[in-house]
Amino acid sequence: MQFFLNITLGGIANGMIVAAVALGLVLIFRATNIVNFAQGAMAMITTYVAYAILHQGVDYWVALICALAVGLLFGSVVQFVLIRPIQNKSPLNAIILTFGFLIFLEGVAGAIWGSTTRTYPAPFSEFGQKLGTTQIAFSPFDVYILVSVLALMGIMLVLFRATNLGLRMRAVAFAPEAARLLGVRVQPLLTLGWALAAAAGVLAALLVVPTSSLTPNFMDVILIYGFTAAVVGGLDSPVGALVGGLITGLSLAWVGGYLGGSLEPMAALALVIVSLMIRPEGLFARPAARRV
Amino acid sequence: MNAVKRPVQALAAKSWFRWPRQPMLRHGLFALLAGVGFYFLTNWLSAFNDYEVGQIAFYAIALAGVTLLTGITGQISLGNGGFMAVGAFTLALLYTHTTWNLVPELAVVIVVSALAGAVIGFPATRLRGPYLAGMTLTVAVGLPYLTNQYESIFGGDQGLPTPPPTGPSNVNPEQWLAWIQLLCALIVLVLLGNLLRSRFGRSFRAVRDDEIAASLAGINVSRTKVIAFMVSAACAGLAGGLLALSAGVTNSAEFPLALSIYLLAGVVLGGTGSLMGVWWGAIVVVYLPSEWAMDLASDFHANSLVSANLAIIIFGLVLVVMMLVAPSGIQGGIRWVVRRLAAYFSSDPVTNMSLPLQELNGPGIGKPTENGGGPVAAAEKQGV
Repeated sequence: MQFFLNITLGGIANGMIVAAVALGLVLIFRATNIVNFAQGAMAMITTYVAYAILHQGVDYWVALICALAVGLLFGSVVQFVLIRPIQNKSPLNAIILTFGFLIFLEGVAGAIWGSTTRTYPAPFSEFGQKLGTTQIAFSPFDVYILVSVLALMGIMLVLFRATNLGLRMRAVAFAPEAARLLGVRVQPLLTLGWALAAAAGVLAALLVVPTSSLTPNFMDVILIYGFTAAVVGGLDSPVGALVGGLITGLSLAWVGGYLGGSLEPMAALALVIVSLMIRPEGLFARPAARRV
Repeated sequence: MNAVKRPVQALAAKSWFRWPRQPMLRHGLFALLAGVGFYFLTNWLSAFNDYEVGQIAFYAIALAGVTLLTGITGQISLGNGGFMAVGAFTLALLYTHTTWNLVPELAVVIVVSALAGAVIGFPATRLRGPYLAGMTLTVAVGLPYLTNQYESIFGGDQGLPTPPPTGPSNVNPEQWLAWIQLLCALIVLVLLGNLLRSRFGRSFRAVRDDEIAASLAGINVSRTKVIAFMVSAACAGLAGGLLALSAGVTNSAEFPLALSIYLLAGVVLGGTGSLMGVWWGAIVVVYLPSEWAMDLASDFHANSLVSANLAIIIFGLVLVVMMLVAPSGIQGGIRWVVRRLAAYFSSDPVTNMSLPLQELNGPGIGKPTENGGGPVAAAEKQGV
């Protein structure tokens, strides 16, 4: 029972991280119909930058803010340089391009920093709490994960629901042509969407990296899980990203805890397949007919 | 379609030589010539070069599988590296547990990989674009983990032995292996060439171009996609088995995510819709990581980290740049040149029109958008 409780708590913490990755994918998908397979790799590069900043002797929080800023900048540059030219072409082009960019970034990281593993510090203790006499595997760091991802979600919610800018972004995502006709400048908003998505990815990476380790491909599997979560929740629903993240995190934690950790990626595949068979558009997607 | 002549025929019409009109005969004759050419090539080359020619052969098979699925049926697959792993491990298990010879082993490899393709293909029939890409990416990333989970079966990090077959004593082993791999490649390409000229081939293209139109024309879209997945996975599995023979051992480290990217880059480079393009792609996939990237790195006195990663950097760049600049690949460029030559020597006003690259290649990866395309593409779509 205690084992079950512990892996469940771990699953919730991981699920929140996965939800942040999924949120990044969803933000981009609902605005541009592109799944950004390079998102994990972009966050990985930014994490290396944060690592370098951290080793200048600055505080964890300063490095975190720098990393988020770098993420915002990186996301907008990528949208501006790589995505704009192919936006109206076949979706296959965009998939191949982001996939190519993923491996390009991993190669660059490998060429600069090598494949040696580095450790990235956590701001809080990663060791579980004592609750009475029993050890509970829920550390202060897990609380930090929970709080920061919920804060990210909250900021996004306020941005999209309560500000004029958010309203315009939703209009662009919903009907770009109509939004353009109503005087919304579409391209800058798409760039902003990519920037926010990249920042969400960076936050996820910085939450993962203390418990895994910093290598050029440490985000590969996390990206897969994020994609799984986004598919489960619906690729165009931010709420779906959160719920999908939790579902994915918990299922993987249970599979990993009871059957073996190496089965987790295949469990993600199974989850994607089952979810697509039962509810292809995801749990929270807006009902959409495919245009003929 | 009739208005634009095929370039080979347009050239041949001027000369004494005419390729047979029957696809089977034409492809068979072509393969026979290629086979004779390869025989002399392998005799002339050193043992190590023979080994590389064999590698080109099995990568050509794998690339043909990706071409069929992605370029011709329009179903993006980032997971064919995973299917190669399925083929390789099937061969390794057969070698460990049976005493069969290579031919039935490879037959089983093909069947098992085709079944794996069907398992992935069935859910995939309900998916489009990014969903499909993500699912196949999960296959590529996740499958190697399975071999770590069941170490007692798959041998863990050590892997399982898959020694190359021993040939006649007067042929050196590398050459014998290269012959086997080349023979497989030629057979596979002839069969695929015929498949693409058959009803199935037309269904594949119809599904790629417009699923709804295809289903209105009586094509069972789901079945067509599953068949494409199975054929593609069978090609990948056979290629994986032949890769295992070249490597001598089979372990999950030989099937990293980078392999799937090599395959995609090879197909994009060769030209997404073209079977002949797979040879260009295969040459790049074999030589770029092992030689060209190393040479380039040493030319620039780069350190070992850079030279170890240069290949995947270049492949990534290739994918990005090709998508931005030239989505029809090397073979697309060659076809364009041949067509322009044919048009130059011909007085046919239709072939003489200056046509943009993409329209000549048909709607492939670089498929023009709905409202783009121009008159000839539109005429092709209407079957004029």
